[in-house]
Amino acid sequence: MDHLVIVPIVLPLLAGAAMVLLGERRRNAKAALGLVSTLALLVVAVVLLQLANSPADEGPPALRVYLLGNWPSLFGIVLVADRLAAMMLVLTSLLGLAALVFSFARWHRAGIHFHPLVQFQLMGLNGAFLTGDLFNLFVFFEVMLAASYGLAMHGSGTARVRAGLHYIAINLTASLLFLIGVSLIYAVAGTLNMADLATRIPRIASQDRALLEAGAAVLGVAFLIKAAMWPLGFWLPTTYAVASAPSAALLSILSKVGVYAVLRLWLLLFGEGAGDVAGFGGTWLLAGGLATIAFGSIAVLATQDMSRLAGACVLVSSGTLLAAIGTGKVAVTGGALLYLASSVLAIGAFFLLIELIERGREVGADVLAVTREAFGEGEEEEPEEEVGVAIPATMAILGMSFMGCALVLAGMPPLSGFLAKFAMLAPLLPLAAAGGGEGGVPAASWALIAALILSGLATVVAMIRTGINTFWAATDGVVPRVGLIEIAPVALLLSLCVGLTVGAGPAMDYMQATAWSLHAPQDYVRAVLSAPRTGEGGG
Amino acid sequence: MELILALGIGVLAGSGVWLLLRPRTFQVIIGLSLLSYAVNLFIVAMGRLKLGAPPLLEHGTAGDPANYADPVPQALVLTAIVIGFATTALFLVVLLASRGLTGTDHVEGREPGS
Repeated sequence: MDHLVIVPIVLPLLAGAAMVLLGERRRNAKAALGLVSTLALLVVAVVLLQLANSPADEGPPALRVYLLGNWPSLFGIVLVADRLAAMMLVLTSLLGLAALVFSFARWHRAGIHFHPLVQFQLMGLNGAFLTGDLFNLFVFFEVMLAASYGLAMHGSGTARVRAGLHYIAINLTASLLFLIGVSLIYAVAGTLNMADLATRIPRIASQDRALLEAGAAVLGVAFLIKAAMWPLGFWLPTTYAVASAPSAALLSILSKVGVYAVLRLWLLLFGEGAGDVAGFGGTWLLAGGLATIAFGSIAVLATQDMSRLAGACVLVSSGTLLAAIGTGKVAVTGGALLYLASSVLAIGAFFLLIELIERGREVGADVLAVTREAFGEGEEEEPEEEVGVAIPATMAILGMSFMGCALVLAGMPPLSGFLAKFAMLAPLLPLAAAGGGEGGVPAASWALIAALILSGLATVVAMIRTGINTFWAATDGVVPRVGLIEIAPVALLLSLCVGLTVGAGPAMDYMQATAWSLHAPQDYVRAVLSAPRTGEGGG
Repeated sequence: MELILALGIGVLAGSGVWLLLRPRTFQVIIGLSLLSYAVNLFIVAMGRLKLGAPPLLEHGTAGDPANYADPVPQALVLTAIVIGFATTALFLVVLLASRGLTGTDHVEGREPGS
């Protein structure tokens, strides 16, 4: 049972390695292996989630610390599964499962090594969520990125390779910044273990503080490039728009890894217990998040292309999360976590759905590995005039799914997006019943409230426009042939959003507990530093 | 020693950034390589510079940390070199694919005038 924490890393590694050995011919075997591995990952992640949520026998923290090689946590590598990590693991495996099942219809035949890449991608993501020290975070980031380079260009084609070239160059530069930040922090603090760092940072001499802050800022830039904060995120819409549908769905959680790293490290290292450096960079997060929301909202309104619309939605959700984290309020963080969960699911579903919808409208989309440019712009008027059935079942299902995505992403009432936004907004406004004697709401909170509502409005406008163009005006389009195996993942992800809505009470309790433990990391630090070695007494 | 290392890191990083911002893919990859060399040297320097000091304790002795080099940055830099090597190789393949597909080595995939 103790080894359960490392399973999310080892299992996809072994599965991926086995697939590489299987060779390119036996695709069905690889698909089956991938499906088994991803399902097992999901089960493990859910078990970890339950373990993290149930109170342990002794002491309040329910987090599990795994010492690799049974070294003491200060010297060796630790993996930590707490509530946040467990939640991210579940989201990753759900998204991985959806993308994998979706790819069975056609995409996994579009190029080589799709299945191993998916497994390595999952391994990198899981490792990044579980690791308890900065340098392993770097290593898992690299594993995750290396797999994502392959996935982003899966299917090949000029547009993908061109976007992939930019994506790789930017991420390699970001990795170098990551290393600079890590080594600066090591030079000042003398440790890379996150929990140990949290105890050492308050005791750092004042003349070294500038160096520490410089290191943290450089490291933060590396994460924010990943999270696509405003001046650092121009690469994102292009890369995601041209990636094949299952890859794009899987890649969409990569931007959340940046958000996760900021959330974890900022609250751990520069939380309230950090002495003089407490709250370092918080205003930057808030301002950058607001700028990202603004830029993302304009991008949402300006874009004509559905894939780019999804990319812009990723920007908006990243900005929302960063700004909400930047407020530094526990209750807002709790809401942001719910928003994170629902936006990951909805954006993943949206990326999958786009390909199904576009298939009916575009000639090029049906042919694998052929980009639109290869066909030229003038070939859109194909004489393929099928009888315009008003709204056949396929279109109805696609339309319903599209509406579900739109509701979650825009944060409109029935679905979980609204609940999450409400959970973020409510703590920002002191209610009238609470007296409100504090002298009103600070300007930053007003800015965040305005940004959340306006970005929702922009998303609604853009989604409605796209929806009308696609489902009501496109009578000349061919009704896409959509297999059950392709719509099932979309339905799975959306029904999970519905599940989050129905089970909002327990979900919100979980998120608030997560937010509390993030804002008060003493338990995390104590659990990691005092993690008992197995077979104590042996060398 | 400090001066030489600092100058070396500075020259490598400066050249790397300059090349990274150039329009040809080959320049970009050389720029990234130079930058990664600079970063590797920087990591070593962050473990404090010590000449002729081993990073490992001798067997059976307690040892004074002042007489030893910090082994952690050396481990970090080894990992960083390996990862950097692998990603550079991967980038090189993408670069060649881009050259083959677009027929140009411009980073935008087309010549500026066309």
